[in-house]
This record gives sequence, structure tokens and C-alpha cells, in this order.
Amino acid sequence: MGFFLEVLIGGLLGGVLYALVALGFVLIFKASGILNFAQGAMVFAAGLGFAAAMEKTSAHMPFALALATSLLLATGMMLLTAWAIERFVLRPLVNQNGLTLFMATIGVAFMVEGLAQQIFGNNIRRIDVGLPKTSMFILESQFDGGILVNALDLWTAVIAALLVVALSLFFQNTRTGRALRAVADDHTAAQSVGIPLNWIWFIVWSIAGGVALVAAIVWGSKIGVQFALTFVALKALPVLIVGGLTSIPGAIVAGLLVGMGEKFAEVYLGPSLGGGIEQWFAYVLALFVLLVRPQGLFGERIIERI
Amino acid sequence: MIYSDEGQLKTTYAADMVIFPLAQDRTLFAILMLLAFVGIPALALAGIPPFHADYIFKAILTPFLILSLAALGLNILVGYCGQISLGAGAFMAVGAYAAFNFASRIPELPVLIAILLGGGVAAAVGVCFGVPSLRIKGLYLAVATLAAQFFFDWLFLRVRWFTQDSPSGSVSAPKLNVFGWHADSAVERYLLVLSIIVVLAALAKNLVRSDIGRQWMAVRDMDLAAEIIGIRPVRAKLTAFAVSSFIIGVAGALWAFVNLGSWEPSTFSIDRSLQILFMVIVGGLGSILGCFLGAAFVLLLPIMLDIVPGALGMPLSTDTVSNMTMFLFGALIVFFLVVEPHGLARLWVILKEKLKIWPFPY
Amino acid sequence: MKKLYLVGLAAALAFSVDSPARADGDQFIPILSYRTGPYAPNGIPYANGFVDYLELVNRRDGGVNGIKLAFEECETGYATDRGVECYERLKGKGPTGASFFNPLSTGITFALTEKAPADKIPLITFGYGRSESRDGSVFRWSFPLLGTYWTAADVIVQYIASQVGGVEALRGKKIVHLYLDSPYGKEPLPVLEAKAAKYGFSLTPMPVTAPGLEQKSQWLQIRQSKPDFVILWGYGVMDPTAMQEAAAVNFPRDRIIGNWWAGAEPDVAPAGEQGIGYKAVMLQHGAGRGKVHADVEKYVVTAGVSRSKPEEIGQVLYNRGLLNAMLGVEAIRTAQAKFGKRPLTGEEVRWGIENLKLDESRIAALGIEGMIRPFQISCADHQGAGLSRVQQWDGKTWKVVSDWIQADESLLAPMVKAAAQKYGADKSIPAFDCTKAQ
Repeated sequence: MGFFLEVLIGGLLGGVLYALVALGFVLIFKASGILNFAQGAMVFAAGLGFAAAMEKTSAHMPFALALATSLLLATGMMLLTAWAIERFVLRPLVNQNGLTLFMATIGVAFMVEGLAQQIFGNNIRRIDVGLPKTSMFILESQFDGGILVNALDLWTAVIAALLVVALSLFFQNTRTGRALRAVADDHTAAQSVGIPLNWIWFIVWSIAGGVALVAAIVWGSKIGVQFALTFVALKALPVLIVGGLTSIPGAIVAGLLVGMGEKFAEVYLGPSLGGGIEQWFAYVLALFVLLVRPQGLFGERIIERI
Repeated sequence: MIYSDEGQLKTTYAADMVIFPLAQDRTLFAILMLLAFVGIPALALAGIPPFHADYIFKAILTPFLILSLAALGLNILVGYCGQISLGAGAFMAVGAYAAFNFASRIPELPVLIAILLGGGVAAAVGVCFGVPSLRIKGLYLAVATLAAQFFFDWLFLRVRWFTQDSPSGSVSAPKLNVFGWHADSAVERYLLVLSIIVVLAALAKNLVRSDIGRQWMAVRDMDLAAEIIGIRPVRAKLTAFAVSSFIIGVAGALWAFVNLGSWEPSTFSIDRSLQILFMVIVGGLGSILGCFLGAAFVLLLPIMLDIVPGALGMPLSTDTVSNMTMFLFGALIVFFLVVEPHGLARLWVILKEKLKIWPFPY
Repeated sequence: MKKLYLVGLAAALAFSVDSPARADGDQFIPILSYRTGPYAPNGIPYANGFVDYLELVNRRDGGVNGIKLAFEECETGYATDRGVECYERLKGKGPTGASFFNPLSTGITFALTEKAPADKIPLITFGYGRSESRDGSVFRWSFPLLGTYWTAADVIVQYIASQVGGVEALRGKKIVHLYLDSPYGKEPLPVLEAKAAKYGFSLTPMPVTAPGLEQKSQWLQIRQSKPDFVILWGYGVMDPTAMQEAAAVNFPRDRIIGNWWAGAEPDVAPAGEQGIGYKAVMLQHGAGRGKVHADVEKYVVTAGVSRSKPEEIGQVLYNRGLLNAMLGVEAIRTAQAKFGKRPLTGEEVRWGIENLKLDESRIAALGIEGMIRPFQISCADHQGAGLSRVQQWDGKTWKVVSDWIQADESLLAPMVKAAAQKYGADKSIPAFDCTKAQ
């Protein structure tokens, strides 16, 4: 029982990390109908920028100031990226179909990865923003050895929760947020009531960049910033499908479900299948969800016969 | 003037239905075939650079042809039938491992037959993974096909039967023996691959012009309307998956047997799938010619970009070149999508229209 | 769009003032390296060490007996097809073609093992590659110098035995083999299984999907089953992740034993304090500097042609790249003694590798004392030595914590023979009679 709970908690907390990356996907898909394959590359670039800034600043100023400066610099870099993507990729490609836009984001991913590696180099950069890495053991009276909870994962969950709350508030209660939702519903209609599409897209890509930065700091604290971070995008895709491409709560719930599901699969099913089944299990899970609910658990219902 | 069709009158339906209705196209195609089958090998025999070295055959022409074939297979699914797939790598892997098992478990079997059987197994697997397409489509289907990708990556690593208990999970292909002919040299291997590709491309071209091809396109353009006029979407979609997977499977077997000789599942990873999808998109959806143009662009451009600075004696290190190649490649993809979203094949069509009236304005 | 290109190009050029790895000369040495992509943190120091040594030979000695070394790097990105393209591109360069290839990836090694014999170019796989390729009677062109994965696996088990109090004490112990799910990670399995059967410990293989970012389930299983030791067969990002997860489940780091590709600075440094105590076997050498490093500083670094960062020189992977280049150069020197002081073909260099012999005095002269032990390659034994030590990470450096351990040939030799013969039979390669080698 103790082990079961441990796997459950580990899966849920791991799922939060996926949700964090999936969130970036959902934001962009909602506002522009683009499945942004470059999200992984953006996580990588944001992490590199932040880590490089930390290295440079922390030698000259106190930690808190260095942290703030680096966050500012990295955010600035992501804003610049968002502007460049909006200006040079999205605007010329307006009204193209989803596949073309998807391919364009793969092109963007190559560009971001190439440029980021060129500017910041290929060495591993450490990120330390003071997140604790100890593990705690709770309920030691009930279970032998207690139940393991990793503090870093717990903090990640807290950060993700804060991010989701902030994003929800932003979407519900601000003028820009309402404009964003209007564009998501129907961008021609939104444009006709005077919402500037280009500006909205810039905002959305900036927010996605910000989410990428948060994801990068969290993942980077764990394993350092390195090229392998670009692969987290692939972990987020099944989450996206299970939750539905357009739902923010969907991304969170699906993240938890997929995180939990794949951990259970690996721990309980894995040994009899030879192990290493996590990755495809997540996708097969997504496939089954699709067969039952083609729009995902929380996606907008597609009223269409296929 | 150059591409004018004046004076080329058709008197029969058959003449109107030929693959190349224009005499100019026929001549061009004949020259191209002559060049590919006779010209290039002759240049190699004569030792004229750059064809004197193995490099051009082993590292450029053979991979280019094989990946063109894979792109052709994927184009049937994506371009003609409108079903997006990110699992091309997986079907290549199925073809490669199936061919390997046929060839090594039944040593009497000619390798060519084993390769085709590998394609057959890939077709069967493709039909299974095509079933979800009956219910989902678009980007959702694309992500669903990734399930196939990761599942087969895992399967060929884990189940030792497929790799015949090779301790590392890496397997190597048997010798290429086509009905007694040993394709050992680079030029022979090129000719072998070229022949297979020409045959399959001709088949594919005729298939998409036939009844079934028109069904695919009807389903692609509007599935509901297609169903109403009496096309069974189930049959159309699944045949598209089968034909596409067969061709991709053959390409996978060729990639493993001819190009690499020894391989592991990561050869057919998600990167390969994306690469092939790129070829289809950049080349042009729904165009056979586009597959070859796309493959040339996606495969050869990075190699060129990689070689050029060195050849010019520019003082750039390999990682700088590699990063810049990556950046430029991404930029060019975006550029092409912006300038010509219908792909390189469309540029060729536009060029022909221009040449038709050239030098007059209209 | 154009503006974007220009900005990009300007940015790319602005940051690329580094010198290229390319030199003119007569004896051509190709370098397959990966300075970009997921494994770049490991590939960069290796490539730097390799290039620095070749530069040193040219600058300090004016080449090998006056024959200047030419070399060129080609970026593989650790991908097999790019590696094969690089091989085809570089194999014919130079007046006599490539001297030898270092594939530097298990996947590329497997692909080139098929191709190199036809081109008559030897492969040096320094501590990796096909384990059975040390049998020179079948694998005429492959040289897994100084160690294979099977050697490493054997030594790791011996070390674990020494920690628990002898091989008898292994009975009933639980060992987990945590490995990167690829040919690299699976290669040692046959030896580990044979060892488990022989000594009666239980072996649980646990694959981690590449690149190894996600290991929580594996470590939760480890926490539950409480194994006595974990053998870590990871590469790149998998290793620091393993340290983090091990720390999270409180698994003592000094009971994790890595192989020699999981035992360098990029494998532990990103994990910070969590990696302290972790152990790994060594491919003979470890971190540290010798006389040769002083020469590199003097002739290469001060001349401004080295791309190495100051702290990188003397790191584990830097040293491995340097030794790899050194063994290749020594093989050329050996071959020159037989064929004359001129640029040599791959076939002649092959003879040089097969007759390569480093004794104490030569090792001292090369300035690598203490890094490798004397060894001799022969036709029958393309590995040359099956020795290893164990090192431990103290948070700053790797410290050697064991004596030399000799791999158990009574177990390995028959396995190598059987595997090599199977390969030879499959490929219908007639076994070469090593008694006739000269």
C-alpha cells in the first residue's frame, strides 16, 4: 500500500512537469490553432538564456538581485523570440492550414535550437534558484519507511499551480485575456470587432515563452540545462491529446493522468513486458482516449461526422 | 514557346490519358532516365569527378533515392488521402526488421523477395494502425500515429525474437544477392535501388490516377461528400494506409540493407519520421515529382551547407557549421512554406506555365 | 525574411571565432565527433582532447617521424546515418586515405564494422563497440583497444564482490542493471547474466528510454526492492538524472557503480551535491594531468589553436580523447617502422595497430605515466588489456579508490570466441589463422 501511494504521488508530481510543458502548447493552440512543435526548443533556449544570465550576474550582485535580473533578461529574450516568430513566421503564414503551420513550427524549432546552441554553447549549464532537493518521508507511523515525497517535485507542483491560477485569472479578468479568448473562438469575428490579431499573437507567444521559461527553470534545476530538454516536448504531446488541445484545465488534469498512468504501467506492467514502456504507454493511452472521445477529455466538442 | 502544346493533338482517349501528355515532358523524362541508368554509371566508369568516388553514390545518391521512396509512400497517405502521419519511421522499421527476419530465417529466399515481403508486413501493420483514422483526423491523428512510432521503437529493442538474440539489439543485413547478382559495389547498389524506385514510382503514379487514387483524393477533399457519392471511406483510408506503408516498408528495408548494412531501432526514430514528413511538405503534397524534389532538399541541403564552408576554406568549426546548418535549414523551411506552401513541385508547374508562353508576355 | 537571415548569419558568425579542426599534412586522420545535439556535453571534451594531441604532435615533433598529420573533424551529432555520411566523405581524403576511424558511437561502430573491411580502413573503438570484436581472427579491422563493455561489466561485478566480502558473498545479493535502452546499454547484459548465474546473485535489468530524462518509476522500483547495488549504464543526461532520482529515494550513491562512459565530469557535475559518492570504473585512465598535458599547454594552448577550456584539460573525457589520438599515432609510428617513413595506407596502419606495444619506458616517454598500464595488441587479442580501476566522485574531482582489477578471462574468452564465430559464420568470413600473422 505504501509503495502504491508512493508511485501514485510520484506519478502525479511527475505529471505536473508534463502539464507545465503542455500548457505552453495549449495556449498557442487556443489562440492561433497552431500545434507548436517548437515549445521544446523554447524551453531549451529559455533555460540557456536564464542559466547564462545567472552565471554572469551572480558573480557581481547578491543572489536575489541576480535572480531578478536573470529572470528579466530571459523574459526579454523570450519576448524577442515571440516577436520574431510572430513577425517572420506567423504573419506571412496567416490563413494557412494546420499542417503547414505545424511544419513551420518545426522549422522554427530548428532555428531556435541552432541559434541557441551557437550563442550559448553546448555545455551543460546548471540552474540553482534555491529550490530544495531533499526528500521527505511522510506517514511514517502508518507505513514502514514512510512515503517518499521529493521536495523539488512538490515545489514544482506549487509553481505549476500558481502559474495556472495566474493564467486563469489573466484569461478571465483582463481585457487582453478576454481578447485572447475571443480570438480563440473565432479570429475573423474577433478581428472585425477591432481586436488586433498580430498583437494578440505576440502576447500569446510571449506567454508561451514565459511558460517555457518556468518549465526550463524547473527542469533545469533537476538535470541542468542541456539539449535533451528539447525532448520534453514529446512527453507533452500525449498529455495534450488526452486533455484536449484547447483546454487549460485539461492540460493539468491530463498531465496528472498521464504521469500517474505511465508510472503505474512502468512499475506494475513494465517488469513483465521487459520495462521501458512508459513512453509508448502514454501515447497508447492517448490513442484510446481519442477513440472514445476524439476531442480529448476536455476539448471542445467537434460536431462533425468522420 | 518551349513548353507549348500547340500541334500536339489527341485523337484517342488513350492518348489523352497518358502520364505525360506533352511531348516535351516525355523527352525530358526519357533523358532523365537515360542519365540516371546509363549516364551516371558511365561517368563513374570513366572516372569523371565527382562520380569517380564512392562518396557520391554511397552518401548522396543512394540515400536520396531511398528517402524519396519513403517520401513517396508517405505522400500517398498525407498528400493523396489527407491522413497525417508522424509514424513513417515506425513503418520503415517494420519493413527493415521484417525483411531481416525473412532473409535470415529463410536463407534460400532471394534478398529482393525478402525486402518486398518486408514491405508486405509493413502494409499489414499499417492497416492496423490506420484503424484509428476512421474516427479521428487532422493533428489528433498525427499525434496518434506517434503511438506507432514509440511502440515499435520499443518493440524492436525489447523483443529479442525480432533481432534474433543479438546481445546488443543491433542487427546486420545479409549480403545483397539479387537472383545471383551480387550488388557489392557502390554503383551496382545505386542501380539496384534506382530500379526498385522507378518501378514503385511508376506503380504509384498509375495507382493515384486510377479509381482507387481518385477515391483517396475525394476522401481527402471532403470525406462526407465522398461518402455520399458512394465511396466507402473505410476502404479508401485503409487501402491508402496499406499502399503507403508497403512503400515506406520497402524503403525502410532498403535503408537498412543497402544504405546502412547494420542498424538499430534508433535509426528509425521520430527524427526520421519528421524528416520524411518534411520531404513531403517541402516537395509538395499530392505530387510524385515533389517527393524527389523534397527528398533532395531535405537530405542534400544540410550536407551541402555542411561541406561548403570547408570547401571554401572558411575558418569555421564543425559545431558552428552544424548549428548554422540547423538554423538555415529551419529558416529555409519557413521561407518555402511562406513563399510556396504547395511545395517545390508547384514551382515546377509554375515554371512550365511560364515557359509555355515565353518569350511573349501572354 | 531576408532580414532574419542576415541577423541570424551575423549572430552565428559573431560567435564563431574558434579555429577549425583541420590541418594540412600527409598522413590523414579523420575525426568523427559530436559537438552539438543531446550528447554534446560529453562529445566536446573528447573531441578537444583528440585534436589537441594531433596538434601537439605536429607542433612539438613536426609530425610522426617528419610525416605531418592532417586531420579533419566531421560532426555526427551521435546519429548513425550522419556518421556513415561522414565516413564516406572522409575515407578517401589525404594522399593515402584515412589512417583509421574512431566511430565514437555504438551505432556508428556497428554500421562501420560492415563497411570498413571493404575499404581496408581499421576501426579503433577505444573502450566501446562490439565486445566480440576483440577476436582479431574474425574482426580483422576492428580494435576495441584497452576495454570492451564486457570487460567493464566483469570488472564492475568483481568490484561489487570485493565490497561485499568476496565472490561467495555475492550469493543472494540483488543487483539492478539500470541502462540506456539502446545497443550501448544492452551490450553488457550477456556478461552480467552469466555472472549472475555463476555467482548466484539476482540481476534485474531496468531499461530507461533514451535520452533518459524520466527515471522516476525505475527508482521507485529500486526503492521498493532495495537492491544491494545498482549498475548504471547511462550516457549523457541520463546520469545526472539518475543521481537526482537516487538522492530522492535515498539510495546511497556509493552503491551505484557506473561504467566508464558514465564516469566523467558531465555525468555528475550537473547533479551537484547529489552525485557525491558515486563510483564508476575507469578505462584504465582517470582524470588528471601528466607531462603530456604540460606539453599541450606549452605548444598548443599558448599558440592559440586549442579550443579547450582551461579546466577541461585533464578531465576524464578530454584524457580519453587524447589517449585515443595517442594510440592511433603510436600505431602509425609502429607501422612506419615496418613500411618506411612515408604516409601510410589504412591497411598498413592496421598492421601497426595489430602490432602496437607500449612498455613502461614508452609510456613514460609519452608523458602519460600512471594513466595506462603497458599492453600489447596481437592478432588474437585486439583489446590488449582487460584491466580497470574504480573511481569515486567527491563533488569536485574523481578519486581512484581501488587497485587494478583484471577481468575474468575464463568467463569472457569463451563468450568472445562463441560470439565472434557466430558473426563469422553469419557473414561467411573465413577465420584468419592468427599463428600466420606477422
